[in-house]
Parts: sequence; C-alpha cells; structure tokens
Amino acid sequence: MKRAFSMPGFAIGFCMAIVFVAAALLSFFWTPYATDGVDIVNKLRPPAAGNWFGTDQYGRDILSMLMVGARTSIAVAVVAVGIGMGLGVPLGLAAAAQKGSLIDEILMRGNDLVFAFPALLIAILITAVFGPSAVNAIIAIGIFNIPVFARLSRGAALSLWTRDFVLSARVAGKGALRISVEHILPNITNLLIVQGTIQFSLGILAEAALSYIGLGAQPPMPSWGRMLADSQTMISFAPHLALFPGAAIVLTVLGLNLMGDALRDLFDPKINRER
Amino acid sequence: MGLLQIKNLNLSIGDTQILQDISLQAEAGKIVAIIGESGSGKSMTAYCVNRLLPRGANVSGQVMFDGQDMLQLPEPALCDIRGADIGMVFQEPMTALNPVQTIGAQVAETVLIHGAAQKSEALKIARETLNRVGLPAAEFPLSRYPHELSGGQRQRVVIAMAIALRPKLLIADEPTTALDVTTQAQILGLLKKLVVEDGMALLLISHDLGVVADIADTIAIMRRGKVVESGPVKQVFAEMNHPYTRALFKASNHVPDRAAKAQETPILQVSGLVRDYILPRKSLFGAPPKLRAVNDVGFSIKRGESLGLVGESGCGKSTLTRAILGLDAVQAGRIEIDGRAVTAGEKVPRELRRKMQVVFQDPYGSFNPRHKVMRLVAEPFHLLDNAPTGSARHQAVEKALTEVGMLAADADKYIHEFSGGQRQRIAIARALIIKPELIILDEAVSALDVSIRAQILDLLAGLSDRLGLSYLFISHDLSVVRAITDRVMVMKSGKIIETGDTETVFTAPQHPYTKALIAAAPVLEKTP
Repeated sequence: MKRAFSMPGFAIGFCMAIVFVAAALLSFFWTPYATDGVDIVNKLRPPAAGNWFGTDQYGRDILSMLMVGARTSIAVAVVAVGIGMGLGVPLGLAAAAQKGSLIDEILMRGNDLVFAFPALLIAILITAVFGPSAVNAIIAIGIFNIPVFARLSRGAALSLWTRDFVLSARVAGKGALRISVEHILPNITNLLIVQGTIQFSLGILAEAALSYIGLGAQPPMPSWGRMLADSQTMISFAPHLALFPGAAIVLTVLGLNLMGDALRDLFDPKINRER
Repeated sequence: MGLLQIKNLNLSIGDTQILQDISLQAEAGKIVAIIGESGSGKSMTAYCVNRLLPRGANVSGQVMFDGQDMLQLPEPALCDIRGADIGMVFQEPMTALNPVQTIGAQVAETVLIHGAAQKSEALKIARETLNRVGLPAAEFPLSRYPHELSGGQRQRVVIAMAIALRPKLLIADEPTTALDVTTQAQILGLLKKLVVEDGMALLLISHDLGVVADIADTIAIMRRGKVVESGPVKQVFAEMNHPYTRALFKASNHVPDRAAKAQETPILQVSGLVRDYILPRKSLFGAPPKLRAVNDVGFSIKRGESLGLVGESGCGKSTLTRAILGLDAVQAGRIEIDGRAVTAGEKVPRELRRKMQVVFQDPYGSFNPRHKVMRLVAEPFHLLDNAPTGSARHQAVEKALTEVGMLAADADKYIHEFSGGQRQRIAIARALIIKPELIILDEAVSALDVSIRAQILDLLAGLSDRLGLSYLFISHDLSVVRAITDRVMVMKSGKIIETGDTETVFTAPQHPYTKALIAAAPVLEKTP
C-alpha cells in the first residue's frame, strides 16, 4: 500500500475518488439545501456565495444535487461490478477448469453472445421490458460486466492451470473446485482488482448515459446523467447547469482510471523490475 | 597481445559488488571457457565486454578489445562494434528469435544495421551464413519462421545471426543448456568448427565442466564474482590448485553412496500403456488425427529400487509420468500399484495415489507463491482420510522439513525466501509427508547447480536407505541417472527401446539410439 501511494497516478486518482465517496456519504446526513423542494424564486442562479454551484430551473441547489447524485452513481457502479465479478469470475474459473469441454464451449459462446451487444443496447432492452428505473440500470450494467470478468479470469486461470504447483495439487488428489479456490483465485486477485477499478468507472459512465436518455434513475432521485440531460435546453443561458455534473463525471472517471492504471503497473512484475 | 584483454575488472550494481578484480584474456582462434555456478558473475563478465550493462552499473578496470578500451568508448562506437566485431549467442533459442520475422530477415538484419551491404546483398550473406551453420537452402529457405524449427535449429539461426559479419569475438552464454544431449554435441561441434574456420575468439560461458572440457583451450573458474583459477584446460584439470575447483569437479562426478537393496516385490507394474492425444481436426468429416505419445510401454519398479528413465525432449517421458500418477486417462494398458490393478479409463483410487508422490523440475514454478511453506508441504495430506490436524499437522510438517535438512522454523516462511536448492528440498519434503512408497522425480535435479545437485542426490540416496523408498528417476542428464539408479530405461518416440542394469546399459549399449545418446553426452574424465 505504501508503494502504491508513492506512485503519483495512484495518489491523485485515489484522492479524486475519495472526494466523491466522501460527498456521497455526507449527503446521507447533510446537504447544503434539500434536493426535493422547489424554490422557483431562486431558479437558474449562477454560482454565487449562497449556492456555490448555482441552482437549476426549479431553484434546487446544484451542489446538493451533485452530492446526492454521487450516491446513485457509486451505488450503481458498486453493485454492477459486484454482479459482474460475483457471476463472471466463477464462470471463468469453471470454464478454465474444464478447458475444451462442452461446459467451456457453452460458457464462452454465451459470453460472446453478451459481448456482441453493446452495454447500452442491453440496458435499453431490459428497461424496455421492465420499465426504466435505477435498479434495472444496475442489472443491465451488471450483465454487461459478467463476460468481461469471465474472460479475464478464464484467460489468467488457463495459464495457471499449466503450472507445476497446480499439477502437484492434483497429485495431492485435489479436485478442480478446490484447486480453483485455493490456488487459482489468489493468484488472479491482482488482475481482478485492476479490472474492477476500470469497470467501476465504466459503470459510472454507463449509469450517466442511461439516465441521460431517461432509462436510469427516475425523478425526483437526482442523477448526474439526468442533470446533464435536463440542462440541455438551457445550456445557452445557464451553462453552469451542464458544467458541474459533467465535470463530476469526468473527474470521477479520470480518478478511477488513474488508480486502475497505477494498480496495473504496480502488479505487473515486468514494469516493477524496470523501476 | 591477445584480442581481448580484461584487466582488474570491477563491477557493482547499486551497493552490490558483482565482479571483483577479474583478469582474463582471449586470443583469435582459441576458445576460452568461463565456468561457474549461478550467481558467480560469469554472464556479467561477458556483458561487460560489450557493455550491455543494466542501469546503475558501476564498472572500473580495463577491457581492451582489439586495441580499444571498451569501457571508455562512447555508446555510438559501441553500437558499431556490437554485432559486427563481437557476436553474441544466448541460452534460450526459443526467446532469442523474433517469432513474427522470418529467419532470413533476422540474420540479414545484423548485416543491414551495420550498413555492410544493400538489402539483396544482405540476404545473400544471410543465405551463406545459414548454409555455414548447417541449415541448407533446400530444407531451410530464408522464408522460414522460427516456430517451424526445432530448438537445435533455432540455436543455429541464433549463431548465424551472431557470425553473419564474421566477428572477431563470439560470446556464447550457456549456448547448449536448453538443448538435448545429441543436439548439444552438434552445436558444440559447430561452434568449434566456426572458430577454426574464421579464426575468431570464442568466449564460452557454461555451468557444465563436461561441456567445456572437450572443446576449450583455456578455462577460468569463477565463484562469487572472482576468478578462482584459470589457465590452459589440461593444466587446470591436472593441478586443481584451488579447493573450489576440486569441489566443483567432484560435485560434477558425484556418485552418492547407496546401501538400499531392491526387494523382490514390485511396487509399480505397468504393462501395455498407451496414451493418445487428439489433434485438431483436419477436415469437417472423419475422425480427428491422434498423436500416440506413449506407445505400449511396460516396466516394473521393485520396492527400494531406483529406476532411471532417459530420453530427449518430446519422447513422452512427462506424459508417461502423468499417466502413472493418474492425472490423465490412458487409452489402453494396465497399471498395477502395490499389487492392485487399475485398468485403462479407470480413475486411480485415493488409497493407491497415496503411495506415489512427485517432485518436478522447476523449483520456482512448483509452489503457489501465495502460501506459506507450512501449507505447501501439508498439501498432500488431502489424500489421507484422517489427516492430522492442529499441532499434529505442524509436527508432521516440521519433521518432514528436518528430514530433508531444512529447519522446522522454515514452515512459517513464504517460498520466495528460499534458493532453488532449498526449494527443491521443500518439494521433496512435500512428497515425503504422507510417507509414499514411490517418488517420481521428473528432472528434479536438472535445474540445479552441480554442488547443490550433489547434495540433493545424497539426500535422495539417504532417504531411500532410511525409508525404503523407490524412485522413478526421469532425466535427460545421463551422468546423474548413472549415479543414482539401479536399472535404466531408454525412451524414444513414446517407446521404451532399451532396459537393463544401469552399468550394463552404459558400458555396453545395445540399441543404436542408446549408443548415440551415450556418445553425445559430455564426459568429464576422472583424473587420479
């Protein structure tokens, strides 16, 4: 961990991410203003001392909206990555353990099938069937994450299966399940952490995109993507409406990507040696 | 004055002193061998000559090559010399070639970089050089890719790259270590021929005294960054002034004392064993082709006996091991363990698996890097129905560790804290923990330095005496097999072609392939 913080990319990315997490946590207890009240008198105020980031067309404080919106974004991303890892990793490990078998073929072709549709398309499909909501957005993004983790863990596990220590575990009579849990999984955790950070930032982006087209979080629940969508018609006379949610998305994703990149470098023994 | 003269060379990287006061010289048309165990600084000495040193290296002294001090030359001048005047051959022919370039392009590249010729001319030179290293145009056109060649052929391409511009000095860093014995003999013969033809100097780096004994003119023995003894080969071998030289020589020819006598009852009997691999389909219809890796193999190992299995890479040794251990299903044949038969297609039951354990070649790859030694060594307990738990488990692991000459306290360490030799001891401890009757040693000492190898061989011999263990000793190294086995089998293309008492097979081989193997193996003459 110490070594991680000595890398500028990780330190900067970590700080950026922590600011947004802290804002989301804080919003449970306190926001500068309530986000569900309408205050038409103060609508479309530019950033000023009272409202740092200004107010929207209903007079709601943008900073408060962003804080509560961070909650939605982070929750969606965490659960979506959780679904992807929780289902994708076991599937990938199972496919690797039975390499070349029918199970492997079915799992991997199923993967290809999910991969063949863009994440957004799956999301539109799901929300078209079950109706737009934050929960459905989570499920849609989570499903898209499954093949990502399944492929990654299968590929990494395949190379581990040829190693001697796995062979000696087989000589010790251990079955595929036990070997996968005891020997394979601990050796691919690094990869999973790195991929997790990247998928996390993609999840935030996907949630914003879904909310932007109206398929994610529904009003009055604030969401960065919907704030952007709502500001579209007013961008000429109230640009701050688009600026702040947009900046929040960019900074969070940038921070997480910086972290992911740094973690990848940290865990890659080849890069470490050159250091 | 010689072509290459190294005087008082010192090298340190960071705070670590790598080389101390090295002095060597090489003359045109002569072969200088640098011998040493891993970490002795032999490769670093070679890298100092063409100054391919890692960042942070601090070097002092003098490396005079052809009248110039290599340590004083600027980088561009060094680039002109590297490849043109100093050629280099690496250990691993699999990784020394670029897999996406043809062999012709790679050999011609050396010529082109140095601006010695135009493209068409360079390809002509490449062709001639490949002819010289024994890759004739008819079978090996320039358009071949490295993956189409065998290990020995690839090493020939690497040599061709190094000698394309007829360098004055060729540095060969363990050029035959990754190769089979018969291929090794051919490559050494080729190097010797090239030295004579081109009148170049050859700096041959090796860990194997036997390899250099035949072909080197002078020899330098290195240990911990110092040259402990050097001089003409005959003189060094005859005098052996330094104790380390004597120790190294002794370790190379080490024969452990073995008292164990084979009993009459067999522990393992194999008959008519067949193992096929299914290859990718050639056409949509019809059965996919098969590769018969193990073809009708039969043998038996008696209790307390040590049986050797020799053969070159790809002969089916490892496949046979996996079949015996019950890791892969076999297509035909019978395996009888301790009197109980297991037929083809049947799973080997746990109570029979318990009687066999295995030690692999690579001391680095055979342990999960994330577990402690305690957990690693205890792994085979999985095969027992009522494995010891708690403190009994701890005691069993500690006992196994002390049995192989490690400390009980080592159980709490991670595997990366140990050297290659220590890891191999831990691997043996892991095999011993459930008190098996047969241990399969799959090239178990091949990756070790000679002195460590001698210690491990002694350990194995002692264990077999005390515990009545049987060994199936698989190796490509004939001298090791000769030292530790009672009987030996020779395997070629999936078949056992000769079996007999070790001494009989080695002194009077019957099969032409066995004869070729024994003739190709480097022999280190025993001097009184």
